[in-house]
Amino acid sequence: MSVLLTAENVSKFYGTRAGCREVSFELWPGEVLAIVGESGSGKTTLLRCLSGHIPASSGTIRYTMRDGRAAALDEMSEAERRLLMRTDWGFVHQDARDGLRMGVSAGANVGERMMAVGERHYGRIRSTATDWLKRVEIPEDRIDDSPWGYSGGMRQRLQIARNLVTSPRLVFMDEPTGGLDVSVQARLLDLIRGLVKRLGLAAIVVTHDLAVARLLSSRMMVMQKGQVIEQGLTDQILEDPQAPYTQLLVSSVLQV
Amino acid sequence: MYVAVKGGEQAIDAAHRLLGEERRGDRSVPSITLSQIAEQLTLAVDRVMNEGSLYDRELAALAIKQARGDLIEAIFLIRATRTTLARFGYAEPLDTQSMRVKRRVSAAFKDIPGGQILGPTFDYTHRLLDFSLAGEAEPAEAASAPTALSGGMPRVLGLLGSEGLVEQPSQEAGEPGDLTQDPLSFPAGRDLRLQNLARGDEGFLLALAYSTQRGYGRTHPFAGEIRLGSVEVSFTPEELGFPIVIGEITVTECEMINQFMGSSTVKPQFTRGYGLGFGQCERKVMSMALVDRSLRAGELGEERVAPAQDEEFVLSHSDNVQATGFVEHLKLPHYVDFQSELVLLRRLRAEADPEKDRLEAAE
Amino acid sequence: MNAPAYNFAYLNEQTKRMIRRAILKAIAVPGYQVPFASREMPMPYGWGTGGVQVTAAVLTPEDTLKVIDQGADDTTNAVSIRKFFVKTSGVATTEKTEEATVIQTRHRIPETPLTEDQILVFQVPIPEPLRFLEPRETETRTMHALEEYGVMHVKLYEDIAHYGEIATTYAYPAKVADRYVFDPSPIPKFDNPKLDDCAALQLFGAGREKRIYAVPPYTKVQSLDFEDHPFEVQRWQEPCALCGSRDSFLDEIVMDDKGTRMFVCSDTDFCAKTRGER
Repeated sequence: MSVLLTAENVSKFYGTRAGCREVSFELWPGEVLAIVGESGSGKTTLLRCLSGHIPASSGTIRYTMRDGRAAALDEMSEAERRLLMRTDWGFVHQDARDGLRMGVSAGANVGERMMAVGERHYGRIRSTATDWLKRVEIPEDRIDDSPWGYSGGMRQRLQIARNLVTSPRLVFMDEPTGGLDVSVQARLLDLIRGLVKRLGLAAIVVTHDLAVARLLSSRMMVMQKGQVIEQGLTDQILEDPQAPYTQLLVSSVLQV
Repeated sequence: MYVAVKGGEQAIDAAHRLLGEERRGDRSVPSITLSQIAEQLTLAVDRVMNEGSLYDRELAALAIKQARGDLIEAIFLIRATRTTLARFGYAEPLDTQSMRVKRRVSAAFKDIPGGQILGPTFDYTHRLLDFSLAGEAEPAEAASAPTALSGGMPRVLGLLGSEGLVEQPSQEAGEPGDLTQDPLSFPAGRDLRLQNLARGDEGFLLALAYSTQRGYGRTHPFAGEIRLGSVEVSFTPEELGFPIVIGEITVTECEMINQFMGSSTVKPQFTRGYGLGFGQCERKVMSMALVDRSLRAGELGEERVAPAQDEEFVLSHSDNVQATGFVEHLKLPHYVDFQSELVLLRRLRAEADPEKDRLEAAE
Repeated sequence: MNAPAYNFAYLNEQTKRMIRRAILKAIAVPGYQVPFASREMPMPYGWGTGGVQVTAAVLTPEDTLKVIDQGADDTTNAVSIRKFFVKTSGVATTEKTEEATVIQTRHRIPETPLTEDQILVFQVPIPEPLRFLEPRETETRTMHALEEYGVMHVKLYEDIAHYGEIATTYAYPAKVADRYVFDPSPIPKFDNPKLDDCAALQLFGAGREKRIYAVPPYTKVQSLDFEDHPFEVQRWQEPCALCGSRDSFLDEIVMDDKGTRMFVCSDTDFCAKTRGER
């Protein structure tokens, strides 16, 4: 089994200001990595570089394609990159409206990726979409409704279904439970955890919430002012944080 | 027995003759002359030249007469004429600094070198109908100034620029594009944007400019300078190799001073917007300058949130000849497509049965 | 003031050369929209300036021109365009499809099959099939370049989910030569099969949007659909009331205010030919 994603000294500068600086790590298939930090820590910038949404200023990001070849993100053609983002990768946005087509039905939202890679049988598209709605616990009879009528939690689950339908190997998540009620969050996190385990997905989850990191991830990176100040096994870091900033974060979380 | 309606050709000919009659109106009333239009409806002529993109007062007057006063129709006539004219090259850039000024004002300073010259303006008139214009009475003669205006008035923005207070005008290298020769593609450079705005519909630009003042992408404008007057047009014929003056045109120019910006490396400066048009067209050039500044959002690092900052939206919809063509084309027969829709709709309504589960169709 | 003298078919030779270059590019890449510097014409944008420019660029003094709108030679805009070409080029004109060498059309393809000696010029209002799903030109350009057409099937899926069938009845998108998805202009879907493997050269001109595209002779054109919801043309229950044809597109004529209706061939030349009245 080969490493899935490697980041080597990835930095992103905006003028003289560093969004993120010298980030390095490896991600293995089926692994969930949490990137934790407060707002302004650079975690979202890093995520956007890793997922190919913005180019890094320096450093390399390498992804192992399905054929085993390790391709550098900045050397890919736009066509390759866009295809990757539509098939082997998923991206769950904090606001579901950024990750869904609000003007079309839930069924079309889930079926789009299938249609994008050439599926041309309406019945199969619909039954696959129905199947996925079940898996993310959305009532089947809402398949023809547009996401406008969905609650925030439902939209997020629809976004997840839309991303997973092409069996991606790596999913990026940007504050997937941000803005949702606590009980809705819990249900969503449970769903994500279950799906990730069952499908053997690798995921990189950006969050400011240590509870989310604890629940979903096996490994964790703590960022402050654009730099990684601590990284390692999630349980270990949360139990025994080394860096002063990490200690501060951990101690300030309400013990639930 | 139904006989297919024919006679489209005769109908069109008859319609055109009727149009000619309506255009002429009451024959006991003298026919309006081109010189009357050119002399007394000057601002209409100016607008037609601007948006028609052709400087020829007589042709514009003819177009206005033919169009029965519908200015967009007149603009259309001028554009169609323009296509047939031979082009022999590009003029040298106009030197508006050397303008023979008729009017020149600045809102940024109380007084400026060369002075605030009001010129012929509606600005301070009271908008009360003047019934003396209904008769034949001639206006009083205007007074002359005791001394002639100083030539070559310095630009207000030049004065600010020499102190480094306002950004320098862009010095992009290379040949400017030509909107009339190459199709517009996005993203568009400032040269093509300005060309597009110069011939853009005055009403559309006015509304967009107004929107920026009301908060849809504020740029904090001040009218740095507006000048109206005559400029020479120079052209360098190939055979001569040096520029010669081939004529003089009247233009209105507006330079707006906008929101200052700076960064960690560059000290803050005012930014600018630019407008230029044929004849006297202040509303147009002021609107153009405001929209120009808004469209520079990308290069100035501003977030594009307002319609006036949306390049594709503004530039794709500014041409009123295109706009009116497409809007009015809805008058053309569309009955074949409509028939297709009727067939489908009737079938869907016939099939629609609330009891039946339409999702079964998915198998 | 003197009225200017016009070149053959109105456009000057430089402009015609520019348009022909665009046409050649379009033929070389079937279905791809080639940008061109559309000229201001003496008829309004949206009223056929693209078609007129293409026709003007390919017309020769030996050609015989047919102009139709909604399938008929006598509709007002067809009359107006035909008159324009007679005035500016003096070419022979005809209403008989098989006698024409250049046919300019709005919203229909003639019922009579075309031959290798003919050019069919379509008037196009909106050339971009993705436009209503994606208003940005910068994005649709990329989608065509990368063959990202999934979103077109999303629209078709939605139709089936809501209506039980695909609800597009005209300007029905199709794939050309297995590569580019294009908008065949607002012809009824009834005419789409005629695009496929057509012996004539099919040219598409959009004046206002400044695009030219082409389907070369004998090119594969496949209307988009689903395997289990295949593309279907419209059918009428009655034949043409004048000529009895069951295979042509029929116009609905409202006879009175009691709802009496009559169905008649939209292609007036075809109908007259079938009736033996030409």
